[in-house]
Amino acid sequence: MTLATLTRPWAAMSYGFLDASAKREMRRKIIKAIAVPGCQMPYASREVPIARGWGTGGLQVTLTLIKPASVVKVIDQGADDSVNAASIRRFLSRVSGAAETWDTLEATILQSRHRIPEERLRDDQVLVLQVPNPEPLRPVQPNMSIARQMHADADYGRLWLVLYEQMVRSGRIVQGAAYPSLVNGRHVMTPSPIPRWDVPKLHMAHHLTLLSAGREKRLYAVPPFTRVEPLVFSDVPYQVEDHAGLTCHRSGLSGVFMNEIPQDSGGSVFEASDSNLGIKAIRQAEGEATKIGPMWYENGELRP
Amino acid sequence: MTVMERLAPQLVTGAPLLTMSGISRRFGAVVALEDVAATVWPGEVLGIVGESGSGKSTLLRMMNLEDTPDTGTYHLALPETPGNLFDLDRFARRQLCARRIGIVYQNPHLGLLMGHSSSGNVAERLLIAGERSFATLRAKAKGALEASEFPLTRMDDPPRQLSGGMQQRVQLAKAIALEPALLLLDEPTTGLDVSVQALVLDTLKRLQRDRAITMVIVSHDLGVIRTMADRVMVMRHGRVVEEGLVDQVFQDPQHPYTQELVHAKL
Ligand SMILES: Nc1ncnc2c1ncn2[C@@H]1O[C@H](COP(=O)(O)OP(=O)(O)OP(=O)(O)O)[C@@H](O)[C@H]1O
Ligand SMILES: [Mg+2]
Repeated sequence: MTLATLTRPWAAMSYGFLDASAKREMRRKIIKAIAVPGCQMPYASREVPIARGWGTGGLQVTLTLIKPASVVKVIDQGADDSVNAASIRRFLSRVSGAAETWDTLEATILQSRHRIPEERLRDDQVLVLQVPNPEPLRPVQPNMSIARQMHADADYGRLWLVLYEQMVRSGRIVQGAAYPSLVNGRHVMTPSPIPRWDVPKLHMAHHLTLLSAGREKRLYAVPPFTRVEPLVFSDVPYQVEDHAGLTCHRSGLSGVFMNEIPQDSGGSVFEASDSNLGIKAIRQAEGEATKIGPMWYENGELRP
Repeated sequence: MTVMERLAPQLVTGAPLLTMSGISRRFGAVVALEDVAATVWPGEVLGIVGESGSGKSTLLRMMNLEDTPDTGTYHLALPETPGNLFDLDRFARRQLCARRIGIVYQNPHLGLLMGHSSSGNVAERLLIAGERSFATLRAKAKGALEASEFPLTRMDDPPRQLSGGMQQRVQLAKAIALEPALLLLDEPTTGLDVSVQALVLDTLKRLQRDRAITMVIVSHDLGVIRTMADRVMVMRHGRVVEEGLVDQVFQDPQHPYTQELVHAKL
């Protein structure tokens, strides 16, 4: 018997880039996070070959979950082809052998910044959101030890104070992204910088959502079929962006979240923010066989 | 109504709202409080005077459950609070304080969020107690500021931009927003100029008259105590050296320190 038969062949790095102990820590923290929905779990946050602030938190979660049979989709501002999304996706497939996709329906792991795809996610899919600032209490309590006590006491009055002042100043709630939301009736989380449009997609969703902040070293989760309720006043209902009446100038899609593109003429046109959905719609219109899955919204209304 | 008329029926029923006894508190070698007892009847105003460092603020912080003494007990005669309040945990204390106790600090920075709007500061109180209707929050915040005689045109300005007298009124509005059973005032007029002082005291007196709020007011100014309080407690070196009806104590002080205090004032 030689030593070589007892050991694995040499490799330049561990499978999925992170070493076994790092992954074990991540898995434990992910399980904890799932056990206490919306509660922030601290983790070590290892070095990965992109800069902090560019999605290292999400990347570490994805690297932990990934396997050769995985199919990964990475989006940045709704687009699959932006430099950051493309390089993260390529890196993921290189270190794991997982397949890459742009199609929400094909993906098993979706890593995202700013958006949740417009097609409904299924219970066999995992959504990984990159979070820049995981602490919803930071704007009202700069002292993080006190903020943790406030979470422990479910002392969230001050978050409504922020909304109160928006109402007083602007007559409406202006909080656009990262809208603070109560998870499972207990912990308030910031759902990463997704627009208000996307927050209701997390409520009682079929898929698992993991939210991870690499720089702040915190991760939290929304397990499947968990209540996610945006903080609102009893007499001021939650409103998503008023995009229902807009039409995408390239794909003709309507009733989805749009990006506004200013024109030289001074006006502006709109473009579906979920860019691969737009591509699929164009292909379908040209007679190609493409499948568009069931959507969260229909005519600007969230489907039950 | 004279003090005696107001006190008489309570003396008959004899059930105090606040009872503290055997309170001692040391900070290292400093004895801040030594075996202090205090009793306040419903609707009454208790004044606490004493020199700087005599433990007045420390005692008031205990009444607001911000600090726990080394020994001693604290009872409030409220339906939801049987037993010694110092046994409550942080969460229960916060709930109780938000709903039942209002406090105005000498230093407005301790009591207010300087960067948030004044009406928001008042609304925060109501939010902690669970109010979630914007219209109600707005109306109640406005009502409390009005009762504190705060100029409503400035209700959405942050306290940072307000004068000292107005800041004290915001604190007061916040303290009374939930109609507390007990209102604690720590030198509420110190640092204000004399005319503003008189106006704030007027507001306090009117509140006391209209709502019969039970108050504990700390001041080193005998004039403030004389105007506001029914009974007075004189503290020195962490001990209560004399206690009684205001008129009685100031007319005929028994303890040498009180005599000194009263004569120095006159
Ligand atoms: N947190 C603390 N740590 C250490 N010592 C303290 C603390 N709080 C109070 N003390 C001490 O306890 C004593 C009583 O202080 P306290 O603030 O109650 O006095 P006071 O009667 O309110 O005085 P003043 O009239 O100046 O406000 C002082 O000697 C003070 O230094
Ligand atoms: Mg003091």
